[in-house]
Amino acid sequence: MARKFTRRKFMAGTAMGVAAATFKFPAPAIAQAAPFKLGLLTVKTGPLAQGGIQMEQGVVTYLKEKSYTFAGRKVEFISADTGGSPAGTKTKAQELVEREKVDAILGPLAAFELLAITDYIKEQKTPMLSLAGAEDMTQRRPNPYFLRPSATSAQAMHPMADFAAKELKLKKVITISEDFAFGHEQMGGFQQTFEEAGGRIVNKIWPPLVTPDYTPFVAQIADCDGVCQGFAGSNPLRFLKTYAAAGLKFPVVTGETGGDDALLRSFGDEALGMYSCCPYTLDYANDSNKRFVAAMQKDYGIDPGFYAAGLYVAAAVVDAGLQKNNGKSDDKEAFVKALRSVDLKDTPRGQIKFDHFGNVVGDFFIRRVEKVNGKLVNKTLKTYNNVSQFWTYDEKKFLAAPVYSRNYPPLKT
Amino acid sequence: MSARNLAIALAFLALVTLPFWMPGIYYINVGSQILFYAIFALGLNVLVGYAGLVSLGHAGLFGVAAYATGYMLQLGYGHTEAILVALVIGVASMALYAVLSLRSTGIGFIMITLALGEILWGLAYRWISLTGGDNGINVPTRPAPFGYSLTVPTTFYYVTLIIFVASVVLSAVFVNSPFGASLMGTRDQPRRMNALGYHVWMIRFYACLFSGLLTALSGILFVYYTQFISPQTLSLTSSAEVLLMVISGGPGTLLGPIVGAGLVVVVKNVVSGFIERWNFLLGAIFVAIVILMPEGLVPGTARLWRLAFRKRAKPVKTETPS
Repeated sequence: MARKFTRRKFMAGTAMGVAAATFKFPAPAIAQAAPFKLGLLTVKTGPLAQGGIQMEQGVVTYLKEKSYTFAGRKVEFISADTGGSPAGTKTKAQELVEREKVDAILGPLAAFELLAITDYIKEQKTPMLSLAGAEDMTQRRPNPYFLRPSATSAQAMHPMADFAAKELKLKKVITISEDFAFGHEQMGGFQQTFEEAGGRIVNKIWPPLVTPDYTPFVAQIADCDGVCQGFAGSNPLRFLKTYAAAGLKFPVVTGETGGDDALLRSFGDEALGMYSCCPYTLDYANDSNKRFVAAMQKDYGIDPGFYAAGLYVAAAVVDAGLQKNNGKSDDKEAFVKALRSVDLKDTPRGQIKFDHFGNVVGDFFIRRVEKVNGKLVNKTLKTYNNVSQFWTYDEKKFLAAPVYSRNYPPLKT
Repeated sequence: MSARNLAIALAFLALVTLPFWMPGIYYINVGSQILFYAIFALGLNVLVGYAGLVSLGHAGLFGVAAYATGYMLQLGYGHTEAILVALVIGVASMALYAVLSLRSTGIGFIMITLALGEILWGLAYRWISLTGGDNGINVPTRPAPFGYSLTVPTTFYYVTLIIFVASVVLSAVFVNSPFGASLMGTRDQPRRMNALGYHVWMIRFYACLFSGLLTALSGILFVYYTQFISPQTLSLTSSAEVLLMVISGGPGTLLGPIVGAGLVVVVKNVVSGFIERWNFLLGAIFVAIVILMPEGLVPGTARLWRLAFRKRAKPVKTETPS
């Protein structure tokens, strides 16, 4: 197993470090010899496992590309399975921080996992790069050791709403999404921008995360000219099947989880014509993305989606931050500062940088599902450049308003 | 029985000195987890082992106490108030559970507790204004009794250990008291107990309350340990997990649930770091226990011990519970 291999390497590294210390090598030599420990909190068992496994594949793809070396330091990679439960996440975060003494943590996947450990991470001062949505982690409740190189829940929904109102000319939209923070925040962001652009949200439907049958919820969709869905995991598949089976033809718009490229192989024709906005798109034409996609197809035989790309980019940010900090990660504050000042020109999702909350500023892509040679693909229609979590809003005003929630912005009657 | 006492004394000594010989904070934290899960398992064992009532809804009670603590703290109350209210709410919920589910025994009891547990899970999940739904409740601080801050892992461990030892002593007193004997009587011969003039329902009801008290205690320790509570904690999986701790260790014994809690926590948290398919391993261990030691790890080991060392002695009266 890969893990055993890296462990042995770590032992060898430590032995070298000890030897170096004993023989009084100059101090930098010790720093060079110590491996950089990169931890990953992901979900490899349970219902969230599909995305979680892609996360690990994304990191490993990046590490392989760099031959497990960041800024001249060997990288030891430790992956931990949280099981998708907050208590499990806490235990595994403790394992990574207290037992493995990692220099940085990638993950976790879900917002509730992130919320369970944010205070702990702040206490332990370990840099953490996650793709979980929870808005307030980079807004009203910021954590100085946290970075989000993917997107906040609503970051992709602002441009999606702009596109839906201005280019698709939708007027009356019904939103449907899971009844938890990620869904609330996505739909809130959509509503805010959509209504400012002249549209109106006529109804908001909230099925629970685990819904055996969407028929009763789909039955409530009527009297509108478009639907915005914010489902995650494998729920978009089941929702769209029910939606198509009910004979509904309104155009569907969605965010990064609802139209993820990794889902396309499981979709049928019911997904044709669905619009999505995502911080990563499979057809992005730059070298770094071509390299990434080719490696993923070669090693795992799959098209990467948002989860794999998100973690690939996160690993690239850690690499770049370490280089900026001259390969040093002992001073956590200096290291996290270097991470936040990273400005990458060439990643599979294009250029990215971070705002002063540690949230990404980058390109967002509007795509439509089409059929090419009998295979479903997301075709990019428009790119919004340099989108921040605040969209076009004033930061102070945005933060003074409550966080997007089930009832905010309220439904206009 | 001196071997047993020696083993217990050694184990106790090991627990008291654990922070000194464990290689790091991480393992001390695992130790704390084993201890509060052991209290939880002891609480369930009162019903499963001594009263013969299998509950599949105990995670609901565990979660109620945890949520009560979190919610009280969120309202701005101090730790003392939060803990006391959580204990009262935990025991009161158990009383409600008992009133509803003690109408039957056997499969009926299992199904009613299962349903009640699922109702509590559903409330935690959907009553968003109270529980925060999937986002859960954060508990930002741990209490600091007598100036010792529980934020320090070692202090937290010792406080958990004290509560754990108190729970074990309390359970031992409970089981060995005349009341404990009458409870086991209702387990083995409810009709005869009834004929002898015992109020079977009332005895079971009191046993439920005691079980609820231990469960609430462990729930409070849990929420202070993770500093976070969300609906997953109340799910059926959690109820099944604690039931497995009791069954694998040996129901109807005091040590069994403790050993079972240790086994499950270690496999779940420590071994899972080395073996990706730890669920499978846990399953395999349980299958092995069921085949080799159907009475549980602790009574099973004791039986093997007797077989190995006391073969030529007079046959010992076995008192394995049914």
